Amino acid sequence: MTATTADAPPPELRLPKRRGVELALLVGAVLISVFGYAAVGLTHDGAVPPDVAGYGGGLGALALLAHAAVRFRAPYADPLLLPIAVLLNGVGLVLIYRLDLETPRDQAAPTQLVWSTLGVALFTAVVVLLRDHRVLQRYAYLSVAAALVLLTVPIFFPAVNGAKIWIRIGGLSFQPGEFAKILLAVFFAAYLAANRNALAYTGRRAWKLQLPSGRVLGPIVAIWLLSVGVLVLERDLGTSLLFFGLFVILLYVATGRTGWIAVGLLLASVGAFAVGSFEPHVHGRVQDWLDPFASIDAGRGPGQLAQSLFAFAAGGMLGTGLGAGHSILIGFAAKSDFILATAGEELGLSGLTAVLLLYALLVARGYRAGLALRDPFGQLLAIGLASILALQVFVITGGVMGLIPLTGMAMPFLAQGGSSVVTNWIIVALLIRLSDVARRPHPEQVETGVVAAAGEADR
Amino acid sequence: MIRHIRRAAAFCLLLLVALLVNAARVQLFEAGELDDNPANRRDAIARHDQPRGDILVGDRPVTGSEDTGEQLGFERTYLHGPLYAPVTGYASQTYGTTLLENAEDGVLSGTDSLLAPLPFWNEFTRSRQPGGDVVTTVEASMQRAAYEGLRGRRGAVAALDPSTGAILALVSTPSYDPERLSGTGAAVTDAWTRLNASTTMPMLNRAIRQTYPPGSTFKIVTAAAALDSRTVTDADAATDTPSPYVLPGTRTTLPNEAKGCEEASLADAIRVSCNTVMAHLGVEVGLDGMVEAAEKFGFNDAGLRIPSGVARSNFDTDMSDDQLALSSIGQFNTTATPLQMAMVASAVANGGDLRRPHLVDRVTTDDGDTVRQEGSGASAWAMSPSTAVQLQRMMVEVVENGTGSNAAIDGVEVGGKTGTAQHGVDNSGLPYAWFISWARAPGSGRPAVAVAVVVEDASADRADISGGGSAAPIARAVMEAALDEAEAARR
Repeated sequence: MTATTADAPPPELRLPKRRGVELALLVGAVLISVFGYAAVGLTHDGAVPPDVAGYGGGLGALALLAHAAVRFRAPYADPLLLPIAVLLNGVGLVLIYRLDLETPRDQAAPTQLVWSTLGVALFTAVVVLLRDHRVLQRYAYLSVAAALVLLTVPIFFPAVNGAKIWIRIGGLSFQPGEFAKILLAVFFAAYLAANRNALAYTGRRAWKLQLPSGRVLGPIVAIWLLSVGVLVLERDLGTSLLFFGLFVILLYVATGRTGWIAVGLLLASVGAFAVGSFEPHVHGRVQDWLDPFASIDAGRGPGQLAQSLFAFAAGGMLGTGLGAGHSILIGFAAKSDFILATAGEELGLSGLTAVLLLYALLVARGYRAGLALRDPFGQLLAIGLASILALQVFVITGGVMGLIPLTGMAMPFLAQGGSSVVTNWIIVALLIRLSDVARRPHPEQVETGVVAAAGEADR
Repeated sequence: MIRHIRRAAAFCLLLLVALLVNAARVQLFEAGELDDNPANRRDAIARHDQPRGDILVGDRPVTGSEDTGEQLGFERTYLHGPLYAPVTGYASQTYGTTLLENAEDGVLSGTDSLLAPLPFWNEFTRSRQPGGDVVTTVEASMQRAAYEGLRGRRGAVAALDPSTGAILALVSTPSYDPERLSGTGAAVTDAWTRLNASTTMPMLNRAIRQTYPPGSTFKIVTAAAALDSRTVTDADAATDTPSPYVLPGTRTTLPNEAKGCEEASLADAIRVSCNTVMAHLGVEVGLDGMVEAAEKFGFNDAGLRIPSGVARSNFDTDMSDDQLALSSIGQFNTTATPLQMAMVASAVANGGDLRRPHLVDRVTTDDGDTVRQEGSGASAWAMSPSTAVQLQRMMVEVVENGTGSNAAIDGVEVGGKTGTAQHGVDNSGLPYAWFISWARAPGSGRPAVAVAVVVEDASADRADISGGGSAAPIARAVMEAALDEAEAARR
């Protein structure tokens, strides 16, 4: 626990930076990933993979690079964010490498490692270049415009597995919708921070609900239409759910009006029901959720969801052990949407719970930064980014485990998918910046002697 | 704002709890059901991930396993597939398992708790032991003698050790090679389709799964009933049976194939196989007595396991007297598996004590440690010992001076009974040729073997069909093999 002090604040206000803790946790995160990598090799070939040192060194170098950026540019940042991101990314690489063993002709781990490197590089760039998150507020409308462009471009590209969410240029393909999440979070946070009071206190009262006025209702309806539009045109139920959930959460946090939630849920369910009934691709997903084993009874063999449930069931409490499961039976999406099934089968309920709790910690730390921040934009941005993670984890985990209809979406950091990894590294970079601002000692603290909400203060 | 953030955080916590509860539901509470879903290939993958235990005849395995390097690693191989198919059955990656492969699957695939070092070990660790071996009671030489004797004709042989109930031979022909069904893929499905479509039904285990009208061989059961119920007190005394005999309550007459059946004694009726005398005796014993006698021999028992299930041999329990008369000579609705008729011969040979037939001698671990020993089968009295002694004498007469002369072996006491069973509409089908017999080596207190042989398509010439002509030589070959084994064991 070495709390280095860069600029000596007054002694009675020596706020801990916790960079040493972060470093120790990073070492642990890298070691866990390396052990996982070795375990896969031992199970599969009876020997530790020859390049285990290279893998450990590579992941360690990425972690150190990110850590250096945080240490020098965001010294007060929350020490848990980066180690959790590194651990999840490392475990994801191990799981993908493990699945690559079953598909010799289709290697995904090296590509994923390249994308992870790019993600860490962008993380470093954001931490280094973005000194103050409030800069982003200025670009709110630019963000939303860019997000809309990114979302609509894939419509002009061919569909992949029934969803039009890809842009293919040459050999590279990426999902612009992933980046749109961040841009939309920035826009929502900025828009709501600016219009909080107008949204909360104008408009008519009907019975006990404070209804919004038409002028501020406009953008909301627009957003709703946008998400349904995405759903219909791109058949991407997950992203539309995410946008909508994100918007409703931020709207509630900004205005505190429960009426909004009621309206939001109503609109969402109407939209979801309509699309679920009339859009064949989505309708099929809903049918599959209602009865995952229908295809078996019909003699067509188990579908992906059934295979996924089989994998989770095979894991039981303790799992089969890394490299000893058969989650490859799920088929083509085993490394991406269904990566969690491999975790569930080979690490068991215990391992799956650990993974989910890592995400929960990440989300909780985002919320904690939001609580400690003082400007509405920062608060809403922190909550928005944390909620994106939370909703993504819920939508995809619930989907592959039969809790909700399955939607194509990548598990943050874990799943194969370059756009997703890069986007999530940027989200963590923004959270690092936000938590750094939140925990930084304020000048007025020195004057009044009030200790601000540092990360340690439990409120 | 702070309050709302906390509420939003609580909402995220709710999502997490929902995920964890759902994960516990899928991975713990519904796991068993999902694991057992037939569409879940994990069990199949685990099962074929290690060599399957072997089925042994004598001390030699007649099965093997070969690693194919596919997703389902090990495939079953068979050393003498067609010869032992009625014993082993098949173990197919596509079509599952049958017969011994099915009944002892837990041992062969390594999941049986007998093989585990500690109780519940497999259940707790979800692991498998190396596949254990199943040692059968079959004698290779007898199996081969029976198989070669049938020469590919449609038929079956079942042979028992009367004093233990051990099944020494179990043959059904025409047979098939179970190895052709072991794997997966087009070759296997083609073979399956072909075998199932074949008119000769090679995959039918005629020895235990097919029932035939037993014909005159059933007269042994009728004779036992007559003697046990004291309907006949002196087997050599004349019975008041006219020839031909008019079935009670009808105008149908029952003829004899044999000469000298008019008022013949029970012993003579057995020796030359008189329908009239035995039908008449069956009626005199009465329905209840006949049903009781037949059931003591094992008829009407659908629960016999050897350990594979054996088809139920039938003797109707509700009949008019004319039907009873026909049933008593093995016609009407009376049907029996070859194994059932071997049990009849075995009970006579063993002094009335019927040992339950069994095919598995012992089960061992991969290393050869015995974990289960069958011992001799449970015994039950099929008839009184004095009745058995009289029947033995009559059956020896059949071989020495009667219809079963083809089964005689020099210097050996052999008892037998021929049978020719009519079947088909108006008895238009080729009759089945039956022969049941037993043999006792000279100077030995115990009978060596009891055999039942049935040949479905004995030959094209009807006149030539008789148990004595087609089936008795096969029985003799099997008994000779058994006597050689016993001789070798004594030395």
